[in-house]
Amino acid sequence: MEKPFAITLDVGTSKANHTGSWRTERPVYIDRLPPCNNACPAGENIQSWLYAAEEGGEGYEKGWRQIMADNPFPAIMGRVCYHPCETSCNRAQLDTAVGINSIERFLGDEAIKQGWSIEVTAPLTGKRVLVVGAGPSGLSAAYHLRRAGHEVAIYDAEPAAGGMMRYGIPKYRLPREILDAEVQRILNMGVTLDLNRKVTNVEAEMRAGNFDAAFLAVGAHIGKRAYIPAGEAAKIMDAISVLHGMEDAEPPMLGRRVVVYGGGNTAMDVARTAKRLGATEAVVVYRRNREKMPAHDFEVTEAIEEGVRMKWLSTIKHADGGKILIEKMELDETGFPQGTGEMEELEADSVVLALGQDADLSLLEGVEGIESDGGTVAVSPNMMTGHPGIFAGGDMVPDERTVTVGIGHGKRAARNIDAWLSGVAYAGTHKHELASFDKLNTWYYSDAPQSMRPTLDVARRTSTFEEVVGGLDENNAVYEARRCLSCGNCFECDNCYGVCPDNSVIKLGPGKRFEFDYDYCKGCGICVAECPCGAISMEPETM
Amino acid sequence: MPYQPIKFYQTGSFVVGNRLLDVEARSTQSDPKRANTLTSGHRACQGCGEALGARYALDTVSRVTGGKMIASNATGCLEVFSTPFPETSWQIPWIHSLFGNAPAVATGIAAAMRVKGRDDVRVVGQGGDGGTVDIGFGCLSGMFERNDDVLYICYDNEAYMNTGVQRSGATPGGARTATTQPVGPHPGNEFGQGKNLPRIAMAHEIPYVGTATVADLRDLEYKVEKAMTFRGARYLHILVTCPLGWGSASRDSIRIARLAVETGIFPVFEAERGEVTGVTKIRRRVPVEEYLKLQRRYAHLFGKKPQPEILHNIQAAADRNITRYGLLDDTPDDLKPPGEAKDAATSGHDEAQPEDSETDAMALTSESFEGAR
Repeated sequence: MEKPFAITLDVGTSKANHTGSWRTERPVYIDRLPPCNNACPAGENIQSWLYAAEEGGEGYEKGWRQIMADNPFPAIMGRVCYHPCETSCNRAQLDTAVGINSIERFLGDEAIKQGWSIEVTAPLTGKRVLVVGAGPSGLSAAYHLRRAGHEVAIYDAEPAAGGMMRYGIPKYRLPREILDAEVQRILNMGVTLDLNRKVTNVEAEMRAGNFDAAFLAVGAHIGKRAYIPAGEAAKIMDAISVLHGMEDAEPPMLGRRVVVYGGGNTAMDVARTAKRLGATEAVVVYRRNREKMPAHDFEVTEAIEEGVRMKWLSTIKHADGGKILIEKMELDETGFPQGTGEMEELEADSVVLALGQDADLSLLEGVEGIESDGGTVAVSPNMMTGHPGIFAGGDMVPDERTVTVGIGHGKRAARNIDAWLSGVAYAGTHKHELASFDKLNTWYYSDAPQSMRPTLDVARRTSTFEEVVGGLDENNAVYEARRCLSCGNCFECDNCYGVCPDNSVIKLGPGKRFEFDYDYCKGCGICVAECPCGAISMEPETM
Repeated sequence: MPYQPIKFYQTGSFVVGNRLLDVEARSTQSDPKRANTLTSGHRACQGCGEALGARYALDTVSRVTGGKMIASNATGCLEVFSTPFPETSWQIPWIHSLFGNAPAVATGIAAAMRVKGRDDVRVVGQGGDGGTVDIGFGCLSGMFERNDDVLYICYDNEAYMNTGVQRSGATPGGARTATTQPVGPHPGNEFGQGKNLPRIAMAHEIPYVGTATVADLRDLEYKVEKAMTFRGARYLHILVTCPLGWGSASRDSIRIARLAVETGIFPVFEAERGEVTGVTKIRRRVPVEEYLKLQRRYAHLFGKKPQPEILHNIQAAADRNITRYGLLDDTPDDLKPPGEAKDAATSGHDEAQPEDSETDAMALTSESFEGAR
C-alpha cells in the first residue's frame, strides 16, 4: 500500500464508526413556496426566473422563457402589474422588497429588443378553440392553448387588440409599441385574430366556426352610472369612454376644469389623462378618505405629484354647466360615509364618472346553464361556466379586476380547456408549505436597498403621454435580481456543506444541490439553523 | 480585511460558498474536493464547534501547503474524539503529544524538518484551551520566545470539557462549570481571573496573532492563510462552541459563536508583531443577554434569583472590548452601496495580501533561523 506523506503506521479510519446511529432527528432537504410565487395572480414562478436572471447575459433569456411559461406579457407586466409579489416579498421585512416588477420589465424589454420568440413544440391536437375578446385574459388563454397544440381563433369587437390594455390603460403607463410587440408575438405562433368582429351569440359562432370549446373574456366596458341631478348644460361622461376615446384620432373634449367622480385606479387614470390633455384643473371627488380609496397608493401619489387635486369625503349633489355642487361627508363608526349637509360649489366644465364597470353579457343570452348576476358571469374553479365547453375569465367573472388577474384566468382556463378537450380533469399543481419570514436565517444576506426606477420629471410628464416610469439598465437589473433571498428553495450557497461538523453533507455539483450522508449525520441540526433560505427541515427519526 | 472584494450578491460573503463567485474567490470549505483533514466518524458530540473549527483551520493549511503538513495535538477533546486507537479521523500526518507539550513537540518537528532541509513541510500545533492556556502554557511561551516556525492553534471552548467541564484559565467570569458552581455570594466563575492568551501572545511580539470563531468561516480561512504567509511563531485563537459544556442546543453552535462576536464578548482581530492590524467590526450589535440566554451555564443569571450584577460585569467586559478594539465604527465593505464597495473592497484586498510584510517576515525568520543554528 502506498502511504500518504509521512504516514508510517497503518491505522483504521474512523469511517468505520457510523455515527448516524446517534441520530433522533434527521435533516431533510425540502422546497417551500416563496411568498412572491404564492401571491402572483398569474401563477408565475418568480423566484425561478430571478434565479436565472441573476447570472446576467444568457441568464436573461432563460429567465424570460421561465416567465413565458406562465405569462406571455413580461414587458406589459413590468409596467401595469400592481405586483402583489413585492407586497408579500420577505425582503421587505429586512430592508425593502425586491424590485421584481422592474426586473420583469427589463427582461420583457430585452426580449422585444432581441426578438426572442416562442415556438410551438407540442404536437397539434386538431382541436379548435374560440376565444372571444383580445384583452389580457383572452390573449393569455389563446397563447397557452396554442402552446398546448390547439388551433385558436380570437374574435374581438374593437379595431385593435389589447382590450383594456389599449382602451383602459393610458399610454403614459403602457406605450402602445410595447403592447403591439407582445400581442404580435402571440399571433406569430399561429393564433388567428379577427378584429371588428363582435360576437352576439356564442353558440352560433361556435357552430359556424366548428369550435370544440370557447373561452369568453369580453371584459367589462360598460361604465356604471350614478344618478346625479343635472342641469341641461352639464357635461357628464363615463371614465371608460374617455379612456377609450384616447385611442381615437381626436381626443375627447373635457374642457379646462375636469371633475372625476370615484376613487379607483380608473379615476386616477382619467384625472392624469385630463391633465395631459391640457386641463388646468383636475379634481377627484371621492366620498371616503384616502385610506379607504380603492386606488393603489402609488397611483394616488403620482397623480398628486402631477397636480391632480383630491376632494376626499365629498359627493356630487348636482351638476350644471360650468359648476357642480358637492356635499361634505363624514365616516360613521362602520366606516360608511354620511352626508353632513355642508355644501360647496366647484367649477367644472365636465364631470367624468369613474364608478366601476359592468360586463356586456348579451352574447350569452339564451345559452343553457349560464348563471349570471347581471354584471358578471359565474364560473366554477376550473373557469367553466354552467354550460359545458364554454369557459370565461377576466373582468367578466367575479374577481379582482386587474390585468394580471385576467392573465391568470386565461392561463387557468387554458390548462382546464386542454384537459377538458382530452376528456380528463386538470389536476392542478401541488403547493408546498409557505416559506414565511421566520423560516429564514437572514444573517447571511447582505444589506442592499432596492434600486429605484427613474420617474419622469413632473413638469414633463403632465404635458406629455411619455412613459412615466423608466426602466432598469443591465447593471442595476442584475443587482436587483441578486437581492432575491430565494425563500424556501436551495440556491446552493454551500452553507450546509460547510457547517456540518461531521462532513455528512455531500455536494453534488452545480445545479444538483446536496445530499445527506445519513451514515454519519448525528442530527445536530446546525445545517437547518444556518440555512439562509429555509430549505432544510428537521424530521423525527423513525425506529 | 476578511471581506472579499465582490459585488452585491444574494448573500455577499457571509455564506460558505457563492455560486456567482470566481472559483479562486470561493472558500476552501465550499470546495467539493476539500481535504476533510478531520473526516466523518469522529466521536465528537452533536453540534461540536471544535470539530468544525479544526476542520476549517486544517483544511485551509492543507490547501495552502498542498498537503505537506504535520500536526501535533495536545490531549483533550479533539484528540480523544478523533483518535481512539486503532481508528483515526485525521487524514494528515498527526501526532498525539502529552497534554502539556504540544507546542514543544511541534517545535521539535519543525527543527527536524529544518535539519532535513524540508522547508516545504509546515508544522501545526493544536490543542484546547486547557492544554494551551494552562497546562501547555510554558511550552507555548517558549515556542513564541524562540520564534519557532510553528502555527499554533487554540480551540477555545472555555473549560476542560473532555474531563467533565472543569474551569480553565479561559473560562469567562460568571460561567458555571463543574468546579465553579452557581452557589454562594459569587455564583459561577470569578471575575478578574484567568488569562487572555491572544494578548499574552501579542506581548511576545511574534509575527502573527489572530482570533476567529466558527461563525465566520471566511474570516477564519483568511486568518489561517495569512498566518501561513509568515515564518516563525504564529498563534490563532478560535472560539468554538461546546453544546455539552455550555448547555446549548446543538443546532445553535454557530449562532452562539456569532452572538459572541456581535455582543463584543469575543473580539475578532489580528495583530502583527504585537500591534493590532485589523478588527472585524460588529455588524448588528446586541446586548450580552442574547448570547447568555442560549446557554445553561449562565442560567443562574436569569430566572427566579437573577444576578444583575454579574450581568452588568459581563456587559461591561463586552463594552470594554468594543472600545479597546474599536469594534463599532465604519461599515464593512460588503454593506456599502455598489460603487463605493468596489473601491473599498479593492483596497481591503490589498491590505489582506501585504506583499512587503510577507517579505519582511521571511527576512526576519531566516535571520532567526541563522541565529538558532
